[in-house]
Amino acid sequence: MRKTWWKILCIVLLLYAIIGGLLLPVPALKQLQETIRNLYYHVSMWFAMMAIFTISLVHSIRYLRSSDFKFDICAREYATVGLVLGFLGYATGIIWASFTWADPNNPAYASFGSIAREPKLIGTAIAILTYCAYFVLRSSITDIDKRARVSAVYNIFAYAMLFPSIWIVPRILPSLHPGQEGNPALNYNDIDSRMRMVFYPAVIGWTLLAVWIATLKIRINFLKEKNWLNAK
Amino acid sequence: MELRQIFALFKKDILLELRQQHAFYGVILYVISTVFVLYLTIGSNTDAEIWNALYWVMLLFVCINAVAKSFLQESRGRMLYFYSITSPSAFMISKLLYNLLLIVIMNSISLILFIAFLGNPTVFVWQFIGISMLGACGLSLIFTMLAAIASRAMQQASLMAILGFPIIIPQLLLLVRLSKMAFAETFKAGASLQITLLVIALNASVVVLAVILFPFLWKD
Repeated sequence: MRKTWWKILCIVLLLYAIIGGLLLPVPALKQLQETIRNLYYHVSMWFAMMAIFTISLVHSIRYLRSSDFKFDICAREYATVGLVLGFLGYATGIIWASFTWADPNNPAYASFGSIAREPKLIGTAIAILTYCAYFVLRSSITDIDKRARVSAVYNIFAYAMLFPSIWIVPRILPSLHPGQEGNPALNYNDIDSRMRMVFYPAVIGWTLLAVWIATLKIRINFLKEKNWLNAK
Repeated sequence: MELRQIFALFKKDILLELRQQHAFYGVILYVISTVFVLYLTIGSNTDAEIWNALYWVMLLFVCINAVAKSFLQESRGRMLYFYSITSPSAFMISKLLYNLLLIVIMNSISLILFIAFLGNPTVFVWQFIGISMLGACGLSLIFTMLAAIASRAMQQASLMAILGFPIIIPQLLLLVRLSKMAFAETFKAGASLQITLLVIALNASVVVLAVILFPFLWKD
């Protein structure tokens, strides 16, 4: 029970987020209408992505402090899962934008051209690119020891360069995306209290699901490398 | 002690540059040919916005070219030698300082060439010079650290670009926004100071991270 309670919690929260997210009442806004329900899935993807990348960063720091390969495997797998969440956040954002921002009178590519300049889209695109670069860097070093060390250094450096700017830059550049002044969705006045009842559990649920997936992948990798990890 | 080591390494890099000038002139040739191609294709009297964009794009590529070789030129044996005589932080700081000097020179040259060939659409020239120096220093610091990372991997030059572009984009966005100040665009009160401080803070954090992380990179 000690090890499974958070998995049960994750399933319960996600069931609540999916059922409650689709059925509970939401404020009817002129522009958004029912698409506002996407908040539970789109925004929580980004929250989960940031949390997962932060966990990856912590494992990289622990690797550099201890030179234990287990932490390197953890950092890599968390980064993989974070990347998947980033793509999912993009996908949900595209669906939302196509109903709210895109002009149905224009061809799709014309809308894309104007939407792609959004500072928040640029921010997340570079977050995804950075972690793709992390994997390119990993694959370009053959020596295992060196690969673990260099990629941990890059992970820390990239995280420290990237995330402050993701949080700061969009506030300086003009944008259509909501949440221009302050922390989007965390700000108390931003979302209706009815939505907050579903939104916060959804964030926790998706983050727990991502951690669960990552721990499964890590355990598979530990088994794969068992001989080699124990030999060290 | 540290300071003397840093200074000695810094002097060594400058001496090397003065004796093997091909690299330095290579970058200068790169700047001249870029500006000249721009001059031939779009002529002088360029629109302010395009001028600004082209300037930052060129500075970015000049920076990659100039900074990339700072670690690539050090052979394995020489790194081992440095490893035995200095501390990693002294080595990294000397590299950062040397690349700062290099990029300040490169930035001055490209600014002069840009104004000579493509005209001068800036309203406040000194402001633009200051902003471009600040930006050039930021680019050089980040790319020095990335060159240190890339030098540990294969296909270093292309890896530099892959690692560097995502990281540099936020800062470039800020700089391009800030440099519009020199084209007499009005800002919200305090906004320009805010962006400037932000860029300076980012640069300071690059230096701190480089000094902390470099020791892990260089032991083999």
